Amino acid sequence: MESLILNEDETMLRDAARGFLDASAPVTAFRKVRDDGTGFDRGMWREMAQMGWAGVLVPEANGGADMGHRAAGILAEEMGQTLVASPFISSAVIAATTLRAAASDRLAGIADGSTIYALAIDEGAKFNPKAVMMEATQSGNAFKLNGKKGFVAEGRAADRVLVLARTSGSAGDADGLTLFDLNTDRAGLTRDAIAAVDGRDYARMAFDNVDATGDDVVGEVGGGLAAIQTGLNAGQAAIAAELGGVSAGAFAMTASYLKERKQFDKLIGTFQSLQHRAAHLWAEIEVTASAIANAGRMLDADPANAAVAVSLAKARATDTAKLAVSEGVQMHGGIGMTDEFDMGFYMKRARVGAEWLGDYGYHAAIVAAARGF
Amino acid sequence: MLDTTRDPAQFRKAIREWLSIACPEEMQGRESHDGFAESDICWGGKRFEFSSPAQKTWMDNAASQGMTVPTWPAEYGGAGLSREQQKIWIEELSAVGAKLPLQSFGIWMLGPALLAFGTEEQKKRFLPEIARGEIRWCQGYSEPGAGSDLANVQTKAEDMGDHWLINGQKIWTSYADQADWIFALVRTDRDAPKHKGISFMLIDMTTPGVTTKPIRLISGKSPFCETFFDNVKVPKEHGPGINAIVGEQNRGWDVAKHLLTHEREMIGSGSRGPLGGRSVGQILSSDSTLNDNPVLRAEAMKYEIDSMATGLTLDRYKDMAGAGVPIGNASSMLKYQGTELNKRGYELLMSLTGSDAAEWDSPHGELASEWLRTKANSIEGGTSEVMLDIIAKRVLELPYK
Repeated sequence: MESLILNEDETMLRDAARGFLDASAPVTAFRKVRDDGTGFDRGMWREMAQMGWAGVLVPEANGGADMGHRAAGILAEEMGQTLVASPFISSAVIAATTLRAAASDRLAGIADGSTIYALAIDEGAKFNPKAVMMEATQSGNAFKLNGKKGFVAEGRAADRVLVLARTSGSAGDADGLTLFDLNTDRAGLTRDAIAAVDGRDYARMAFDNVDATGDDVVGEVGGGLAAIQTGLNAGQAAIAAELGGVSAGAFAMTASYLKERKQFDKLIGTFQSLQHRAAHLWAEIEVTASAIANAGRMLDADPANAAVAVSLAKARATDTAKLAVSEGVQMHGGIGMTDEFDMGFYMKRARVGAEWLGDYGYHAAIVAAARGF
Repeated sequence: MLDTTRDPAQFRKAIREWLSIACPEEMQGRESHDGFAESDICWGGKRFEFSSPAQKTWMDNAASQGMTVPTWPAEYGGAGLSREQQKIWIEELSAVGAKLPLQSFGIWMLGPALLAFGTEEQKKRFLPEIARGEIRWCQGYSEPGAGSDLANVQTKAEDMGDHWLINGQKIWTSYADQADWIFALVRTDRDAPKHKGISFMLIDMTTPGVTTKPIRLISGKSPFCETFFDNVKVPKEHGPGINAIVGEQNRGWDVAKHLLTHEREMIGSGSRGPLGGRSVGQILSSDSTLNDNPVLRAEAMKYEIDSMATGLTLDRYKDMAGAGVPIGNASSMLKYQGTELNKRGYELLMSLTGSDAAEWDSPHGELASEWLRTKANSIEGGTSEVMLDIIAKRVLELPYK
């Protein structure tokens, strides 16, 4: 496996991404998105697509840049630093990885940014794909989908959606789930916007006798979990990387504040109680960065066996981001509580990121099982 | 003869073949033993008693190929291996379950100091005998009044013309009672600011006036000593052109700082693998009472995650070092995370093994003693609080005032 540090190409990618985002997508840009309630900036997403980011995991033959999962993680991390809202993870990571495995002809649309994909799995408040109950009743080559999906990221803007539904078995069974790839303007599919704390695009989806055929099925009928597995792992690694960026961004703000804010006629950064907390936080961020890098490398080297590395990264990143934003607000004091100041944005994104695609406990259980208990 | 060719695959093959010849069978398959036996370590030195003839054979065979100090240059007794080759060597060693042929403070600390700061004469005089396991060194840094504030050392070295006259006391000198020589921080200028009057001096432990006294620890073991210097005469030269001081006189703090960085990396990484080779998962799943205990389970899950991520961090920093990226003060982070994690791991092991582990000699080996020993991890080589100070000031550059 490749080394855990960045190679030359990756360093160039990171520097280019950072240069672009600092200039074109600083946190003030996210503030505008939040204020306007648009979920994300479509113009910005087009620019990212032009730079090859939307096609980071799409083969060159389909118009992609095919840079791999570590590269996708680098982009996600940079976007986390400045809180860029975009369909990157839903569309360019999860859908691209899933549809690539299925050799779908829709990859070109993902790569050029013209097709935005969402992923609809959750039906309850906690991520648990096996618990899916939404019905897909089969008759011959036809399916009728009935049920509800909650908290679909980019659910409002999505042109298409990957939907996990049950063709057999009952809630809790790993078998009997089927993955559908549907256009969102299909008759019987309605969407309601969700106003979420992180200010991004989310929707609830209701399926009322939505028609589908065998052509809409990704992978095998009844084999939906297998069809989505690598895509999910890729998405989990990417949200872990984004949370790594969120942690680093919150930490950078906090460290600079410690160097400029005075109380008791002293810079507060001279106080040992705060120095030690900042140092501990940095040490945690460093450890988490290793797990994130490793997850990307494992997905590139051996995707079928990357699940534990990915869960390790997601668990650590969730934990570290929570620490980074809590310490961020506390060390900023009162100003950290104001909407005018950006720290709250980091805190709210860290909360949603902690839940999305599996929380700490979900991923810790996967690691523990691999470690023999 | 061991072929240290550049091609990694060929090198691995060469190491494997050489190991099968050079490492006695009796010295293989030892990593699988429960727990960690201190008696398995080969320390070398004049007073060392080998645990078996095979242990000595393994050391001698390795030394003859430079493999006791594989990364040192060949002219000083090493094999001149690259970092990548070193990694392969360690992997192949653990594949056959063999311990390192020789471990010592000479290898870990003095060797790197001499390689960085020593004169050619000093290197030629001292490095080969370390590599051959003939001389065992100990480290004389801490004093009763110089712990975290290490630069406050008061052991005094007076210039008497052809020799230094040493008076004072060191504490926490590891295995001083079994060492042949000591490298010590002594004050050669009492009027200079405290960091600027210290020298890094090499002293023969058999010199009249040097005495040692073991310190009994809470673990029941005595790995550390007090070392006393009572009118000890140290010649200014240990033979023609071989200065007793390493680096410049009064600039010993630079040498010490360099070594501390090195030591922190080492303590952080731990030489015996996490938890002495024990598996939290195995212990937990061996007993349904444990497995049904949600608090222990949660602690164990979190420990496993942090342990794996910390291991990957050591790998990542090794990759950085291998690529020539300076690590510098970030070694304080590795030391801090590694030692705090190790303490947590042993606390967890003690909870998992319950009253069994409260016995000195338990079904889990000398677990209680090891657990108690870990409490020093976050003290020795710079406390966790000093590590956080270094990170805050040198890495994060938070203000002094």
